[in-house]
Amino acid sequence: MSASPGQPPPGGHPSGATPPQGLVGAPAVAAPWQPGVTVAGGGDPLVRAEGLVKHFPITSGILIQRKVGALRAVDGVDLEVRRGETLGIVGETGCGKSTTARLITRLLDVTAGRVIFDGEDITAVKGRHLKALRREIGMIFQDPYSSLNPRKTVGSIIAEPFAIHGLLKGEGERKRAVQELLETVGLNPEHYNRYPHEFSGGQRQRIGVARALALKPRLLVADEPVSALDVSIQAQVLNLLRELQREFGLTLIFIAHDLSVVRHMCDRVAVMYLGRIVETGPSDAVYAFPRHPYTGALLSSVPIADPSRHGERRRLLSGDVPSPANPPSACRFHTRCPKAQQLCSEQDPPIEDKGTGTLAACHLPLDERDLVELGLRDGA
Amino acid sequence: MSAAEPLLRVEDLRVEFHTEDGVVHAVDGITYQVLPGKTLGIVGESGSGKTVASMTVLGLTRHQGAEVSGRILFEGRDLVTMGEEQLRGIRGNEIAMIFQDPLSSLHPLYKVGKQLTEAIRVHRDVSKAQARARAIELLGLVGIPDPADRVDQYPHEFSGGMRQRAMIAMALANDPKLLIADEPTTALDVTVQAQILELMERLQRELGMAIVIITHDLGVVAEMADDIAVMYAGRIVETAPASEVFAAPEHPYTWGLLRSIPRLERDREEPLVPIPGSPPSLLAPPTGCHFHPRCAYAQPSHSRVDPALELVPGASNHFVACLLEPQLRRGLWSPLSAGATPDEAKQEAGFADETAESSAVR
Repeated sequence: MSASPGQPPPGGHPSGATPPQGLVGAPAVAAPWQPGVTVAGGGDPLVRAEGLVKHFPITSGILIQRKVGALRAVDGVDLEVRRGETLGIVGETGCGKSTTARLITRLLDVTAGRVIFDGEDITAVKGRHLKALRREIGMIFQDPYSSLNPRKTVGSIIAEPFAIHGLLKGEGERKRAVQELLETVGLNPEHYNRYPHEFSGGQRQRIGVARALALKPRLLVADEPVSALDVSIQAQVLNLLRELQREFGLTLIFIAHDLSVVRHMCDRVAVMYLGRIVETGPSDAVYAFPRHPYTGALLSSVPIADPSRHGERRRLLSGDVPSPANPPSACRFHTRCPKAQQLCSEQDPPIEDKGTGTLAACHLPLDERDLVELGLRDGA
Repeated sequence: MSAAEPLLRVEDLRVEFHTEDGVVHAVDGITYQVLPGKTLGIVGESGSGKTVASMTVLGLTRHQGAEVSGRILFEGRDLVTMGEEQLRGIRGNEIAMIFQDPLSSLHPLYKVGKQLTEAIRVHRDVSKAQARARAIELLGLVGIPDPADRVDQYPHEFSGGMRQRAMIAMALANDPKLLIADEPTTALDVTVQAQILELMERLQRELGMAIVIITHDLGVVAEMADDIAVMYAGRIVETAPASEVFAAPEHPYTWGLLRSIPRLERDREEPLVPIPGSPPSLLAPPTGCHFHPRCAYAQPSHSRVDPALELVPGASNHFVACLLEPQLRRGLWSPLSAGATPDEAKQEAGFADETAESSAVR
């Protein structure tokens, strides 16, 4: 299960003028994604993912590794990121949100499906083309302690993208660019020669941001950029990302498990559960009127910093997330869903417009009464 | 403070570690109390000393070369001066602790049941069969399905949420009067966190134990705590009933925490107000008020004067360690709570920066 069958050849250089491949040669994917329904839709997407599937093999045996199963990390994800917007991908551990980002950025190869970047199919680009693509996509990682090489100065960490791509060869030129970047992310340009350990967690994350911005990417992917930071520091990095986005017109994919942070940062949200998107739409719509019971459960689980509402306890989800190696049949949420009926274990619900501004994959979407029960609406 | 006799009373606790780089003042003179059956939430960032303070209550910092002074009175007995043998009779028995990461707190090579029965038999003179029956009962109590089968499984066969339940079961093994929970849900997903918090609340109602919950998450303390102590750089900067901390916070650090985190119940467009800088090193904490280098309202004198934890005028149970005038603090918080930036709040409150003479007078 490596490259997808029926895949059209890569469309050449990403900045080239090859027309989009269209859906004509759409890959024959195993997952039940519907070619007609594109999550989000409309606008002019910078990135489009169609029927993304990533299965990691589960092997057994010491000398001879036999494949005994597949971990379905991502199992049929369609999404679009429009130019200049922030798309949030939210979900619990193991829902496939980071894997989805790694497929889109081509850090992982897809099992099936396609990734279109700026009208270009990049699913299988290789070598020189892939390297050129890397200039267009910047990435910020979760842990600012392990994502910076402790033996290199901050200057050389931030300049590394220039070195890799053979840009700004003059030493003075490069130093100027790095210092400019340091200033952009709110660090002292004089600290060019310091090492990562001389910086605090928040400052290190700024270094990570500077490195991601070095090549002026068009897409920035931030994978849990603040969850390793102290609470008093998180706002510094969140505000920085918002400012940079406004200033440079960046398109941002923001991955987090913290629903409050995602709401604050993102124009649109996609909620993932066990490798699928279960609900997506504009942030305001998703948070004001979640339709998928899983979205509702997530929102209702967030502790409220208001002791006067203490004791207003809500319906809680039971159990844990099932293993992605053996996900439940049909609707994957039916084993934990308080609303589940027989239909839910028999038929996979398509993701569709539920009339309140979001698309949800659910046979029995939440209504106002459910929201009251979840503590998301006043019962009046 | 209150009429009821406290279960735990910590008085001017100081914990220092002597390291190659100097003396780390991990806990710098803190005082708090926990009433029977109540929950105290200790809020602070990493490095604020909240974990060290709680481990010291259990005598767990003794072997790390800590220098401890002050008093830790548990039902009137001082745990600081108590002998190791006697303390061992309290630890895991009358006072139990659960930790952040359930995977590293459970031994991977022993069955969950074995670890539970061991915890019981250390303190109780019961047969193996009795201890096993109690272990199964405990696993059921914390909501683990099929406890009779699960008792013979290894930790790796449990999910993250179930491991934390097993840890709680172990902590409850001997009906503790006090449960110290150090970031019990930080490693868990939000839906599982809600389950664990509810479990702890239910167990507290049923078993009547007091809880000290240590966390950085204001939402978690809002849900759990009766009283809150906010720690910064080894000191308690504010302590009050939970409702007051959220409705009328007095310390600029508490304001900062409340305004710097996006929250579902607030306006999405409301800008976050970060606390500038980062938490100080406890090797060389700032002089005077530890928070002054990051405080938007700090005056030159604040770097010289140590603020004492004092009763807020008009309150009965609300203490704050801040050098600003109480009147001024109130004038600042009201615009801040309405979404103003620190600069706007200063203007509205008529905040005048200290002049050279007035600072000399103080």
